[in-house]
Amino acid sequence: MKNENQERVGVYVCHCGTNIAGVVDVVDVANWAAENLNHQGVIIAREYKFMCSSLGQELIEKDIKELGLTRVVVAACSPHLHEKTFRTAAKNAGLNPYLVELASIREQVSWVHTDKAVATEKAKAVVAGAVSRVIENTALEEIKVPINPNTMVVGGGIAGIQSALEIANAGFHVYLVEREPSIGGHMAQFDKTFPTLDCSACILTPRMVEAGTHPNITLLTWSEVTNVSGYVGSFNVTIKKKARFINEELCTGCGICEEKCPKKVIDDVFEAGLGYRKAVYTPFAQAVPKFPVMDKENCTYFIKGTCKACEKFCPTNAIDFSQEDEFINVEVGNIILATGYDLFDARRVSNYGYGRLPNVFTSLEFERLSNAAGPTTGDIVLRDGKTTPKSVGIIHCVGSRDKNYNNYCSVICCMQGLKFAHLVHERTGATVYNFYIDMRTAYKAYDEFYQRVLEEGTLFVRGKVAEVTNAARNEREKNKLIIQVEDTLAGKQRRIPVDMVILSSGLQPRHDANEVGKLFGISCSTDGWFTEKHPKLDPVATMTEGIYIAGCAQGPKDIPTSVAQGAAASARVLDKILQKEVTLEPIKASINHEQCSGCRICNGLCPFNAIAYIEDDQVSDINPALCQGCGTCVAACPAGAISGTGFSDDQIMAQIDGLLLRNLEEVVTA
Amino acid sequence: MTENNFEPTIIGFTCNWCSYRAADLAGTARMKYAPNVKLIRMMCSGRLDPTFVLRALSSGADGVMITGCHPGECHYLEQNYKALRRFLLLRRVLEGLGIERGRVKLVWASAAEGAKFASETTTFAEEIRKLGPLNWGKFIERADEVSEAVQEEVPA
Repeated sequence: MKNENQERVGVYVCHCGTNIAGVVDVVDVANWAAENLNHQGVIIAREYKFMCSSLGQELIEKDIKELGLTRVVVAACSPHLHEKTFRTAAKNAGLNPYLVELASIREQVSWVHTDKAVATEKAKAVVAGAVSRVIENTALEEIKVPINPNTMVVGGGIAGIQSALEIANAGFHVYLVEREPSIGGHMAQFDKTFPTLDCSACILTPRMVEAGTHPNITLLTWSEVTNVSGYVGSFNVTIKKKARFINEELCTGCGICEEKCPKKVIDDVFEAGLGYRKAVYTPFAQAVPKFPVMDKENCTYFIKGTCKACEKFCPTNAIDFSQEDEFINVEVGNIILATGYDLFDARRVSNYGYGRLPNVFTSLEFERLSNAAGPTTGDIVLRDGKTTPKSVGIIHCVGSRDKNYNNYCSVICCMQGLKFAHLVHERTGATVYNFYIDMRTAYKAYDEFYQRVLEEGTLFVRGKVAEVTNAARNEREKNKLIIQVEDTLAGKQRRIPVDMVILSSGLQPRHDANEVGKLFGISCSTDGWFTEKHPKLDPVATMTEGIYIAGCAQGPKDIPTSVAQGAAASARVLDKILQKEVTLEPIKASINHEQCSGCRICNGLCPFNAIAYIEDDQVSDINPALCQGCGTCVAACPAGAISGTGFSDDQIMAQIDGLLLRNLEEVVTA
Repeated sequence: MTENNFEPTIIGFTCNWCSYRAADLAGTARMKYAPNVKLIRMMCSGRLDPTFVLRALSSGADGVMITGCHPGECHYLEQNYKALRRFLLLRRVLEGLGIERGRVKLVWASAAEGAKFASETTTFAEEIRKLGPLNWGKFIERADEVSEAVQEEVPA
């Protein structure tokens, strides 16, 4: 068998400890490649325990230098894991990094198959495919693009605030975009924070003020992102700034408009439906920015055409009924999504009676109820607004760890339930029951808090509550809510009458997480949380370069972890900004004008408008700055005039032949 | 090769962003599936030139699995719809050539759907096993031989 081309190919088969070698006979694969693929230019095939180790990489680098390899195939893990490692090794040895191919024999072979003989044969085919393909690879140069030092943070909860402050303090500009009238997020609604019981507002509001007054932060509240184009380093973002009907230049935030507004509206957002706000309002006293917003749906002037009480009394003439939604375009290099969570809708668990039985409360309702700035000024009372409960039942895992709703653990509900127990006990002296499946109090000082609540005399029943009902069976249960539960520690059914039930509801992804993900080009997990680049090693980056995630948008988490992720995402962005430029994969399509017939079929196929028709020459042309490298036009060109680097027709055809061991058969039968 | 021990050879095309990552996830989670499918990674299912499928089938593959992001979730916005269009047209062309429509399958799998990727792969391998070997390549060779023989018999 003779070498049919001039290439000198090296094949490196990784054991990955026993990850690959436990199922695939790696020695056999290497020997087979050396013997059977030499007509394709394979001059050396080696196997090694860990190819990605520095010794493994040195092995490849040494062969490139000493044996003059012109192509390298590494049969190891997924290219998404170590392609960069081996490309860098090749580069260090003076070989163009794009002349290296990875054959995934771990994720696609050893980890998914059990029959050793079959797995070894498949590994050989995968290696043969990669060898055939690598012959057709061409040397490519990485494309470097400058990084715009401005950053956008979407979501002004604690994670987003932290992100924005970290970047702003490092001296770079941040656009902080928030959908609601004020930043602060869910944390602003809470009364106390576990396990230390710091007042939530006391620790949050200084951060809010800092973000609101920071010279490097442009705050865009009551605003939503409507369009994102571009790529890492140069995103162009369109933001819809909803009309506030308040002139921010003139408004002093005095609050007279709100005071004079005659229209009261139930506040479903900030007060969780327990309190009222006006038609012109700031959601809470410490709101940042201080400017109110006018709720057009409920404003008497917008409905009936008369009123304008706010305008009459405003001392600075800041009310502007003619204001319209405004669209702003900003250029940023990186984007952090910290869009938070929605509370699980407890109405869905109909057997717990929320929405039907008045004295069943959700966790967010209880937060407002116990908040000194809330609708009852912190008095824990029943729905009638005056009666203090004598007994309270707190149900854990509502909507979480339940196949009917969400399979996952919402992380914060156990500690939240314990916090509620403490607050009820402290403020009302009521008897408190906690109903839990498992008590999960991991992390610093959490279990100590559990011990403290235990010592305070809170009662704990281990079991999933079956039903909350008001159907009394005896005098004792009359006018009470009865909690029906199997006490799994005592092994018996219990009916526990209480005055008030609090549902420790779980967290779930934002209702529009999918649409938001699509807008920014990132995906959601099957549960609906934004997918991180790597679940352990890269939890704040995403598959899309330049888009980072932080806080509950990535999955349920507590405040300290949200803050840590916010800071972590900023560190990643700062790293990008300080590098000043970013390297992009040189995977682009280009048109050979000699072959182009000017049919324009490709023009309409490109969603990025990268292909333009040149009237003078009667050919189409691709703008490499706009081309994202999908290759759809390459596949569509009837004249074969478009080629795509990195994934050319020749490369893919060769890989097909290699996988089918066709190149091999031809030689054998010849 | 008899029908009884027929092991289908299948080429699978994946996109870089969703379905290849689904395959990676199936691996990381150690999900077991049929070993018959060998994958080729492209950046997008929109890159799929129908010629690739024809090449695979004529070169010894018994089936081709095309995979991509779910509609509406394409990394390149909408290119998987173009893959869908081509797939539907290609299947009609193949039927015209006498190849069963079940030999080419389109599967959407998101990066989170390792389990779906694994089960669809196994299912497809079973479907192809039932259809039996394609032998299109051998058929083409034979057709070439026949036409050559015919040409030899025809007086010049």
